[in-house]
Amino acid sequence: MSTTTPDQPRLSTFRAIARIYPYAKPAMPWIYAGMGAALAAGIVTLIIPIVLQGLVDGPLATGDPGQIWPAALIVLVLGVLEAVFIMLRRLFVLTPGTHIEARMRNGLYAQLQDLPVAFHDRWQSGQLLSRAVSDLNLIRRWLSFGFVLLIVNSITIVIGFVVLINWSLWLGLLFLVMSIPLWIYGYLFENKYSVIARRAQDQQGDLATAVEESVHGIRVLKAFGRGKHSLLKFADQAELLRGTEIEKAKAIAGIWFWLLLIPDVAFALCLLGGVALAANGELTVGELFAFFATATVLRFPIESIGFLLSMTFDARTATDRFFEVMDEINTITDPDEPATIAAPTGRLTFENVVFRYQDAAADTPGTLNGIDLTLEPGETMALVGITGSGKTTMTALTTRLYDVTEGRVLLDGVDIRDLTREELRRHIAMAFEDATLFSASVRDNVLLGRPELTESDTPEAAAEAERVLTEALEIAQADFVHSLPSGVDTTVGEEGLSLSGGQRQRLALARAVAANPAVLVLDDPLSALDVDTEALVEAALRRVLATTTGLIVAHRPSTVQMADRVALLQEGRITDVGTHSELLKRNEHYRYVLSSLEDEELAAAERVDRELKQAEEEGRRRDAIDRESRVIDNEGEVTR
Amino acid sequence: MSVTGVEGEERDDFSRAESKQIRARSLRLLGSLVRPLRWRIVGTMVVLVISIALQVAGPALIALGINTGLPALLDQNDWMPVALIVGAYVFTGIVGAALAAAFQVISARLSQAILLDLRKRVFLHTQRLSLEFHESYTSGRIIARQTSDLDSIRELLDSGLTQLVSGLLYMGFTAAALVILDPVSGIVLAVSLIPLLLLTRWFQVRSQTLFRQTRVASARLIVHFVETMTGIRAVKAFRKEPRNARQFAGHVEDYRDANARVIRLFGIFDPGLVLIGNVTVAAVLVVGAFRVVDGALLIGSLLAIVLYTRRFFDPAEEMAMFYNSYQSAAAALEKISGVLEEKPGVPDPTTPIDLWKARGTVHFDQVKFSYNEDAVVLPDLELTIPAGQTIALVGTTGAGKSTLAKLIARFYDPSEGAVTLDGVDLRKLHPKDLRRAIVMVTQEAYLFSGTVADNIALGNPEASREEIVAAAKAVGAHDFIESLPNGYETDVNKRGGRVSAGQRQLISFARAFLADPVVLILDEATASLDIPSERLVQLGLQTLLADRTAVIIAHRLSTVAIADRVLVMEHGRVVEDGTPAELIAGTGKFAQLHAAWRDSLV
Ligand SMILES: Nc1ncnc2c1ncn2[C@@H]1O[C@H](COP(=O)(O)OP(=O)(O)OP(=O)(O)O)[C@@H](O)[C@H]1O
Ligand SMILES: Nc1ncnc2c1ncn2[C@@H]1O[C@H](COP(=O)(O)OP(=O)(O)OP(=O)(O)O)[C@@H](O)[C@H]1O
Ligand SMILES: [Mg+2]
Ligand SMILES: [Mg+2]
Repeated sequence: MSTTTPDQPRLSTFRAIARIYPYAKPAMPWIYAGMGAALAAGIVTLIIPIVLQGLVDGPLATGDPGQIWPAALIVLVLGVLEAVFIMLRRLFVLTPGTHIEARMRNGLYAQLQDLPVAFHDRWQSGQLLSRAVSDLNLIRRWLSFGFVLLIVNSITIVIGFVVLINWSLWLGLLFLVMSIPLWIYGYLFENKYSVIARRAQDQQGDLATAVEESVHGIRVLKAFGRGKHSLLKFADQAELLRGTEIEKAKAIAGIWFWLLLIPDVAFALCLLGGVALAANGELTVGELFAFFATATVLRFPIESIGFLLSMTFDARTATDRFFEVMDEINTITDPDEPATIAAPTGRLTFENVVFRYQDAAADTPGTLNGIDLTLEPGETMALVGITGSGKTTMTALTTRLYDVTEGRVLLDGVDIRDLTREELRRHIAMAFEDATLFSASVRDNVLLGRPELTESDTPEAAAEAERVLTEALEIAQADFVHSLPSGVDTTVGEEGLSLSGGQRQRLALARAVAANPAVLVLDDPLSALDVDTEALVEAALRRVLATTTGLIVAHRPSTVQMADRVALLQEGRITDVGTHSELLKRNEHYRYVLSSLEDEELAAAERVDRELKQAEEEGRRRDAIDRESRVIDNEGEVTR
Repeated sequence: MSVTGVEGEERDDFSRAESKQIRARSLRLLGSLVRPLRWRIVGTMVVLVISIALQVAGPALIALGINTGLPALLDQNDWMPVALIVGAYVFTGIVGAALAAAFQVISARLSQAILLDLRKRVFLHTQRLSLEFHESYTSGRIIARQTSDLDSIRELLDSGLTQLVSGLLYMGFTAAALVILDPVSGIVLAVSLIPLLLLTRWFQVRSQTLFRQTRVASARLIVHFVETMTGIRAVKAFRKEPRNARQFAGHVEDYRDANARVIRLFGIFDPGLVLIGNVTVAAVLVVGAFRVVDGALLIGSLLAIVLYTRRFFDPAEEMAMFYNSYQSAAAALEKISGVLEEKPGVPDPTTPIDLWKARGTVHFDQVKFSYNEDAVVLPDLELTIPAGQTIALVGTTGAGKSTLAKLIARFYDPSEGAVTLDGVDLRKLHPKDLRRAIVMVTQEAYLFSGTVADNIALGNPEASREEIVAAAKAVGAHDFIESLPNGYETDVNKRGGRVSAGQRQLISFARAFLADPVVLILDEATASLDIPSERLVQLGLQTLLADRTAVIIAHRLSTVAIADRVLVMEHGRVVEDGTPAELIAGTGKFAQLHAAWRDSLV
């Protein structure tokens, strides 16, 4: 699941991070230029000691003040150059770096919107958020700072060593040998640190999830007064993260210790050796001076390797996390050669549809287990079944929010998997059982399924949009919108005005109707409406459904009565299809699911039924007697 | 003008006075975070000071080595001074490095303690804030505060603060060493501080606005992201993806642009510091070199002076980074302190009245309520619900039923008048007693990710497994829970996506059963249930509600059967009030509704 690392063989850090390359590619020239500038800055700083050596061994030794100015001037120029190169490095790298980040972020978002609902069922949104924000931030900073400096500082160190050896072979070698433990430690550090870094990032995602749930579920928490309780849970998680972060700090402290200690010890030994060499006359004082000046310049690059490495490993885990989402294979995609339905009539067919949720074992019967059902064009079909029987699941299959496990769903004889998702969802519009509104005006929410109207500037489109809006609002009995502060331009949804449950549901219904689809799929669309409003909406919906194919999930007889036929969903199958009264008469399970009459009332209804039947039978008997008597009569006649 | 709380959060053009006010509240927050830890901070500083002093000693020891060690060796072939100096160097190296490493861990503990404290505070405070606040502030912003804003504060604490303190100390010690070694160079260094300060001030002024913009931009981005992921089904079904992608790309670009502008500013600041440093090195060199020629300065000292001057500016880059993260964190802290400054619209009482054993009489005393000024939802409500009575509340959608219910649960406080429980104003009642006595099952059945058992246990965290199962059985949820892959231990996924809508309602019902309150409010808690389940629930309710006060909001009038009394609401007023039998027999609204409902059955 979301927080466990997949058991793929671990890529090397280099290979793992190299996966960013496609995103970074356009910016690579800039990054190289930035490295060039950084390297130039590094070299300049290394040249300064050479000038100093010349100064010490030259004018200072000979006591010629005339030579001081030129030397100082060179030092000054080099110093200015260093600043210029640093500025160039930033200039080159940083803005392109932000573009890489933006590109990756848009890519991630596009991938997330593309991935099927099953993926979103599985992933905590906090985990997704932390990938989209902090991880990408980290990668950007690493690319434009960590990466550049890591490369450049490594080169600087190598060059510096060469220069050091140049000053004094023995001292330089001493310095080199001393640094060997550092490389070993650095290697060990990676293994240890990467694991902790990964854990920390995952825990951050979990924390984001906890925060999100605590605000989305605030009503429940308030209703039960469980704010403190949820704080305890949150605090536990935050505590875990704290532990991990401290562990991380300990790992960093380990490498930090060696990075500080080794140069110091090397310095001390070099001092010893240097003084000895100078005493033997194998080294001038100026050279000794320059040696230490160079070594001092090298200190920062060496020390910086510590945090650059940890930053690199952080970036690596961030990359891993990013690609966990990007690598996810989308199972619900558009076909290569999509079919198209020019004029959909709205015949919707389920053909031996089997559907199993991803976490169900393969040997258990699916949630849907062989559905066969056809909705004729223009027909309204009610879907009835007990709670958890799979009604919502079945509606979700029609627009490929999930794909069938076996069998197929056809629209006008075309397998819906052969259509593009865009086209399919244009032909079929849905209203969900929870009415999700987006932060936008009432108008935009209702016309969500009609981008061609809202995004065009022509007056005709605007007029058409207005007409569609008015009609949809009227059908859903959503005239309350006109009394909102800014009418249909009032912002609703999370960032806007809160509406009552029934009001939200009516807007969601209006949205489905306004999409003007060939097939309307409505999941329990009237559950939050009062009896009167429900009756009004039903009457209006009937008009729409006269020409549109409709699949309506229903729990109440009143809703069912809108339908031409009813399909009964039972144990994953459609066990009966017929009109409401037919089913009521012949199907016991249907009576069980839909009959709201009390038992005695049911008995009364049955009594009436029986009486009717009796009367019928009576009638039939009388008919028979009649016929018989007539036969007798005839016979009589015959005999006569 | 003044800005309190989250007001003006989206702006970045504060006046001087506003800026000051905001900064003051950020500092107050910072102070309150730091205060409990002050002794640990002092201890950490001591470690840091010693470790830096030891690191700074390096060049002085080298100078000593060249100035005294080398001549001693040359003149008297005496190894002692050199050996001593080298020994001292190794010692300072080891202890300095060890202390620096220790500091890393200690300071991480410190900053994590602060972060934990801040996280918890924000969390608890957002839980305390009223629904009114949450409705206008949006969940995405709170998430942004808790994630990206806290991230930038973490960065400041993690590396920034270390950089600042060690940088300052390092510079201080280096400067001191320099002054002791050679006061003249000290003066040169002092002069260089003037442009340094000017540059820093310039950066501060310019970057503050820009950093605020990055916070606002990142919050917008997060809000949009969260909304998309929350409504992903609707996004897909209505083909909102391309439009979303465009909108999101706009937010991403704004954020990128805000970031890039900060970075560009920093791109001038940082090389500026280097420039000042390098010019100073050249100046020190000139001043020193002439004196070496004059014989007024030893050559080893010149080396030390140049090294010190160079090293003095070494941390400048780090300090610049610190300053960067400081500004970023300051902008974040401004937003967070704003949230923390928000006063809960439904505050806990200062002197709460205890109500150990509530009987359950609810009274609306001349209550007027409106969500916002323009529209009054409940104009004037006078209503008594005697203890133990079960009330059915019906009426057209948008009439104010949920609002009435939310007032009893004290999600909101009345604009005028009071709601009382057993004669105690809810505003004065101890929150614990209030929540124990009154529980509401809301219209939307929200489940948290976690197991089914956890979700039911939310009603009463102390409940045993048996009690949880009993509650589930009472509402008829037990069978379906048992049929889930792991029974009560099944994870319901985010928002309870793993179970069907009706099953979600059953679980939240079980939750309310487990809470066992004196007053139970059910807001369309059976709307998504099928009829058999609804009947089971009602059966359970009949026993449960026997001695409890209950308000049941339902459009399915079947509920009315178990009610003692029916209230019909219209436009925020109770238009009919009576026993079910009376009302059905009458000619009013309810009689008509009931008849219509009857007709709709079967
Ligand atoms: N994302 C999911 N993963 C696994 N199982 C699921 C998922 N969503 C639903 N289920 C299970 O599949 C079954 C059918 O659920 P579905 O939501 O289709 O029921 P429903 O008929 O719509 O019920 P209701 O009337 O309560 O809305 C339920 O038992 C539920 O627990
Ligand atoms: N949080 C809110 N902020 C502003 N206005 C609100 C808020 N909640 C509800 N309203 C408005 O107050 C009025 C009453 O809403 P309420 O939720 O009480 O209705 P209701 O009777 O429960 O309706 P329903 O049967 O549809 O749930 C509605 O017009 C609604 O738009
Ligand atoms: Mg459903
Ligand atoms: Mg309501």
